[in-house]
Amino acid sequence: MIRAEVDLASDPVPSISFASLRQRRPRWHEKAIQTALFLCALVSVVTTAEIIWILAAETWHFFRQVPVASFLFGTQWSPMFLPRSFGVLPLVCGTGLVVVGAALVSIPLGLGSGIFLSEYASGRLRGILKPVLEILAGIPTVVYGYFALTFVTPLLTGFFPSTQVFNAASAAIVVGIMVLPMIASMCDDALRAVPQSLRHAGYAMGATKFEVATQVVLPGALSGVLASFVLAIARAIGETMAVALAAGATPKLTLNPIESIQTMTAYIVQVSLGDTPAGSIGYLTIYAVGMLLFLITLVLNLAGNRILRRFHEVYE
Amino acid sequence: MTERGALLPSNLPARRRIGTIFYIILLCAALAGVVLLAVLLADVFRQGISWLNLRFLTSFPSRFPQQAGIKAALWGTVWLVGLTALFAIPVGIGAAIYLEEYARRNWINTLIEINIANLAGTPSIVYGILGLSIFVRWLGLGRSVLSGALTMSLLVLPVTIIASREALRAVPNSIRQAAFALGATRWQTVRAHVLPAALPGILTGVILALSRAIGETAPLIMIGALTYVAFVPSGPMDAFTALPIQIFNWSSRPQKEFYGLAAAGIIVLLGVLLTMNAAAIWIRYRSQRNLRW
Amino acid sequence: MVENSKPPQSGAAAPILSCRNLTVRYGTVSAVQNVSLDIPERQITAIIGPSGCGKSTLLRAFNRMNDFYPNVTTTGEALYRGEDLYAKDIDPVEVRRRIGMVFQKPNPFPKSVFKNVAWGTVINGFRGNLAERVEAALRKAALWEEVKDKLSQSGLDLSGGQQQRLCIARAIALEPEVILMDEPCSALDPASTARIEDLLFELKERYTIVIVTHNMQQAARVSDWTAFLSSGLLVEFGATENIFTRPQKRETEDYITGKFG
Repeated sequence: MIRAEVDLASDPVPSISFASLRQRRPRWHEKAIQTALFLCALVSVVTTAEIIWILAAETWHFFRQVPVASFLFGTQWSPMFLPRSFGVLPLVCGTGLVVVGAALVSIPLGLGSGIFLSEYASGRLRGILKPVLEILAGIPTVVYGYFALTFVTPLLTGFFPSTQVFNAASAAIVVGIMVLPMIASMCDDALRAVPQSLRHAGYAMGATKFEVATQVVLPGALSGVLASFVLAIARAIGETMAVALAAGATPKLTLNPIESIQTMTAYIVQVSLGDTPAGSIGYLTIYAVGMLLFLITLVLNLAGNRILRRFHEVYE
Repeated sequence: MTERGALLPSNLPARRRIGTIFYIILLCAALAGVVLLAVLLADVFRQGISWLNLRFLTSFPSRFPQQAGIKAALWGTVWLVGLTALFAIPVGIGAAIYLEEYARRNWINTLIEINIANLAGTPSIVYGILGLSIFVRWLGLGRSVLSGALTMSLLVLPVTIIASREALRAVPNSIRQAAFALGATRWQTVRAHVLPAALPGILTGVILALSRAIGETAPLIMIGALTYVAFVPSGPMDAFTALPIQIFNWSSRPQKEFYGLAAAGIIVLLGVLLTMNAAAIWIRYRSQRNLRW
Repeated sequence: MVENSKPPQSGAAAPILSCRNLTVRYGTVSAVQNVSLDIPERQITAIIGPSGCGKSTLLRAFNRMNDFYPNVTTTGEALYRGEDLYAKDIDPVEVRRRIGMVFQKPNPFPKSVFKNVAWGTVINGFRGNLAERVEAALRKAALWEEVKDKLSQSGLDLSGGQQQRLCIARAIALEPEVILMDEPCSALDPASTARIEDLLFELKERYTIVIVTHNMQQAARVSDWTAFLSSGLLVEFGATENIFTRPQKRETEDYITGKFG
């Protein structure tokens, strides 16, 4: 039997005196802190509001001079040189070409890595592969652009001699490598979220590891995997430096990946590096293209995040 | 009569073969990442190592490759990251604390969450447009390091908030309950228990966010970071250049020698990033020894 | 179906803690329905019942800890020395200084033993000799001899039973009048459980203790008064001896003899 080490009943009265009022004191100190923290959170809202406001305002000025239809559906993009033409489709096509190429590289490799990491890799292998993927994800885009220019393009030229110095394919490959870690780690997370009991159920029916992975686990993680694809594509669309360095500055409507093209993002960079006077129609194209870029990535991000949230709701 | 499982015709060997083939395919996919990284690093090193010397680190850029260096770019990056940290860290952590510890689950706060997730996926060049219009033009800060830092802060803010929130969420709720049961207010609880426990995770997130800021080029181009700078910034209102801008500039030159310079610059950049990430990993390791629930 | 046998007063004018028609709802589900109960001062009152019957919710109602759960509505009264804890101008922070709580799973802060015990008093404005106060609390929790050389070690380094006594010391350091305990021994081994049960006999000389337990034998051993809750309703309340030997309700008898729950 243990005993408390003092005589409890006779211990002297404590020296904290509680206020006899138990009414709520105005804790303004707490309120002030809460308000300050709230303002910090508000910064993000203000940021989005500003982005939308600026893009919308300048784009409106742009569309007072250029009809919306000729912007969205025109096939000639030549805003700086006469004869001026403001059809944005070549830029969209250039972006699309790079993104499709990037998806062809990153989705199989990323998903494959994800499945391997989650279902097959031992702890040690994971310990090597995961950091490697993190490093790949952390390499700055300008380095990828350099790599595309100095390694990938010569390599491609070796296989396809008619490859131009600037071409969509190099950029696409490099952007693919860039978003690969994102897909791999998101797929890995999604697959690991599938409860172990489901795998056991599959094994208990005599399925092989491959069958369990592809027919039990993967379907269970499908929306998480899908979300990773959508978000990676959004990221690829927004990529700037690699395409600015490697893909070229010639906007054209083409499906040939070994040709030089220009993406929306690279165009914006090109104008910024130049001397276009502020307020001129050429300058306003930055905002118009920027608005289009923002809207496309916004839709994809909203969709991808929505799918991801639903996925988490199922498994939490 | 229904056949018993063991008596079903066995196609197991064929299934196993498929499984093995699949395993090899997956292994190749996973190793592709390792291979690509190795190739990239080898290529950069091969091209840049000969250009990497003390003169390179202490000279300003020049038309002549033999005399060019990244001193201005290196210092510009230091200034940029320092100022960015100054703005982004308090605001990011503050926002994360509010969202995780104070905000109730109503539609406004869900909207803020969605908003932050979208901002995290917004192309960096859009932040450049934002920075150009607000900081350079409207606030009149011009093409200064301050403009660059403020733009970068907005860029890394979503990532900082998301990482900090994860760190806060990882603190077990039992700690908070214990503190509340002792008559602590919410801020007392956060300051004394939740924040210290989440700090390693928050620091790791901050370092990774700043790593991102170091490597970003597009927003800086938009706000007018110069590509030919022959001085080191001495104040926040000075013009500046940064490592990625310099690399971009050298990579765009037609002369092949500049490729070597670019590669050397990349080595320096990767070196800086490696140090920061090593610091993050070390912090994570140290903290896991001290904090066990 | 409320049984409200008032406990004989031991000289005190009113019970220290009581509730009148207390109902606690999570959304539309009632966890506690129309419970009226008097907790006598400086005695141990046990709340027993099958799992999910609302015992923990009822306990948490007394120190406003239900406020932290989403979508909670509390109607009726919970009274501390006659004052309604849910009145509009009552500060829950002040309530929790006077009514302490020990949780099911020991949850010491990831800080030193000393800081664990001292923190509550410091944030509540204590300005005196901290070391003395910490030692007094640890002695009252029968932990001082075991940790007096380890005050700067992490609270997490202690064994499970020691951690729970540390949590008790932490609560005691504030000198509350009431200590609420939510199944404090359910995560502990039998030896630690026995030590804490011994400690409770000592503590009740100074503190009023309300203990929720799913272990009937523990309630029978330790408590003076027992309340039996089932599906949110108070079925029976009375002196422990009576509840366990001469229960007045059939449901109580069934539970006690193990027919359900």
